[in-house]
Amino acid sequence: MKYVDEFRDGDTARALAKVIHAEVNPERDYRLMEFCGGHTHAIFRFGIVDLMPKNIRFIHGPGCPVCVLPAGRIEAAIRLVEEQDVILCTYADLMRVPAGKRDSLQKAKARGADIRMIYSSSDALALARENPGKQVVFFAIGFETTTPPTAAAIKIAQAEGLSNFSVFCNHVETPPAMMTILTAGDAKIDGILGPSHVSTIIGSRAYAECCDTYHVPLVIAGFEPLDVIQSVLMLVRQINTGKAVVENQYTRAVSETGNEKAKALMNEVFEQRALFEWRGLGVLPDSAVQIRSEFTDFDAEKCFAMPEIATADIKGCICPAVLRGMNNPDECKLFGTACTPEDPKGACMVSSEGACAAYYSYGRYKAAEART
Amino acid sequence: MSKLDTKNGVIEMGHGSGGRTSAALIDELFVRHFDNALLDQGNDQAAFDIPAGRMVISTDGHVITPLFFPGGDIGSLSVHGTVNDVAMSGAKPLYLSASFILEEGFPLADLERIVISMAKASKDAGVPVVTGDTKVVERGKGDGVFITTTGIGIVPEGINISGDLAQPDDVIIVSGCIGDHGIAILSSREGLQFATTIESDSAALHGLVADMVAAAPAIRCLRDPTRGGLATTLNELARQSKVGMRIRETSIPIRAEVKGACELLGLDPLYIANEGKLVCIVPAKDAEALLAVMHKHPQGQTAAIIGTVCEDAQHMVIMETAFGGNRVVDWLAGEQLPRIC
Repeated sequence: MKYVDEFRDGDTARALAKVIHAEVNPERDYRLMEFCGGHTHAIFRFGIVDLMPKNIRFIHGPGCPVCVLPAGRIEAAIRLVEEQDVILCTYADLMRVPAGKRDSLQKAKARGADIRMIYSSSDALALARENPGKQVVFFAIGFETTTPPTAAAIKIAQAEGLSNFSVFCNHVETPPAMMTILTAGDAKIDGILGPSHVSTIIGSRAYAECCDTYHVPLVIAGFEPLDVIQSVLMLVRQINTGKAVVENQYTRAVSETGNEKAKALMNEVFEQRALFEWRGLGVLPDSAVQIRSEFTDFDAEKCFAMPEIATADIKGCICPAVLRGMNNPDECKLFGTACTPEDPKGACMVSSEGACAAYYSYGRYKAAEART
Repeated sequence: MSKLDTKNGVIEMGHGSGGRTSAALIDELFVRHFDNALLDQGNDQAAFDIPAGRMVISTDGHVITPLFFPGGDIGSLSVHGTVNDVAMSGAKPLYLSASFILEEGFPLADLERIVISMAKASKDAGVPVVTGDTKVVERGKGDGVFITTTGIGIVPEGINISGDLAQPDDVIIVSGCIGDHGIAILSSREGLQFATTIESDSAALHGLVADMVAAAPAIRCLRDPTRGGLATTLNELARQSKVGMRIRETSIPIRAEVKGACELLGLDPLYIANEGKLVCIVPAKDAEALLAVMHKHPQGQTAAIIGTVCEDAQHMVIMETAFGGNRVVDWLAGEQLPRIC
């Protein structure tokens, strides 16, 4: 497949891996956090760990949008759709994320709630146009990659005078989450594989403060496996020479300043939210956005009574520590027993991008390999 | 003059009443198109002689959205699905029965289109629909039309094919490109229209199977990787036979269009449904000769050896990636859902 196979070439990968093997210092560990779930997915799907030296350790960061959404927000959405007569629509991988009391959007749908899976924010608008007699609420989640399309939908709804469309906004921002993990310092991170799609929007400069403040090197990496391996090499070289700057491996898509048009659109529709709860990271200041007052008519949190619901995370679940890079998934008591992809307890087991789901498959393979 | 308005008419509750309206529907639509001597007798059952050998029976309910898709529809699918389930025992399928559950308000023109397609699939396969049933449910209590078909067939002497017979060192063959059906369905599903030239691979496989068992009577397992795709079928066979499997990503035939659609949607082609492909497990010594026979059949032209069976107490399917690493090809948890980023 053109423009894909080139970035998945095994020979090139092995050649790059050989260089990494030659350049790593065997006396030390390299603890590299891949921020995005997309990277976690690529690392496991292509078996990248098998090609790496043993002293390179991947720490799986919080960049899986469904993983960091707290259960309370999902519960609030379930209450909205079950108590008010609305159509709730959202991206597919949010459907199975556990809310409180073993509930989920998928279970609510099975009970009869009108919940639709959509593939883009324009699908949400289409639903509103097709159902003029019903309120359509778009349960919007994601980092800066999915925020501009939500902003565009709100602008279009306003221009069309769509009075039955609103957005339950849960968009979060990448740099604050990264800073939080580095501030806590408990994960001990030597280098960061920086977001790829998010960076196309916000640009590579957005991470400069991170690198300067915490003296951690960051390489913006594409999601293809060769991107990941080349970025690992770039990080190893920075670490070996004591550098800590932002480098951009993903130059085919990411510029220094990002997508100005998308940033302007986000800024027009959204403003900083003072506080927002992240699953695993807690309540963080200035880490999420909310809809500006000019667009209040499209803000589901203003249109409907949506209470703040505090949901205690599952007892024994160490997703919070996993998301901070403090623990590996297989160090959790629930891992692989009470918590499996079939019956996920913590959010990291839900999405294929979640660290626990990836470990569940990979860990079992490693165990089999050890037996043979 | 016809009593059935197949141009503008719709299914009414009366079509399931057992009275004249029902009779008109049965005669003018089903009997007319399925057209065979056993059905023409007009009995509630079909009686026929069977040849000697082991008899196979299989049943399959067909529900699908949308009812019409590139490369087929629920009618042809309901024939192919059951014919294939019978054929995966190595049997020659003989007869089909069909049960229709129709929703009040369903356009008769659509029903006729489905029945014509089903009749054609059945004639092409040489497996007639010899008995059937029709029920009508109130509007809102069905999804247009549900079709359940049951098939019977006879296994030739000396053939013993079953999902629990795979042994270490056996070879795993897939009969052609995977993922076509699932992607064709997705591409035409409401809310996800994307332009593609991919058509469903929906097809009857008993002709290919007949050639295969004639060439390699020692075939151990056959299965069509429908729901859950190749990955699910391999895991089922590994568990049934209490073995592991090692497959190579670079050996698995997948069309570039299917790969592309999967990349865009964040789906894994190994888990996408097929309706005209089979997985075969065969002793290594017979594999190459069998593959040559498959390549000569229209439904096996792109057949390929994709891996081998091995001992593994955990019954895992592990794939060597094109990239050179290894990964588990696990059971699917729930539905495969597109990813957000």
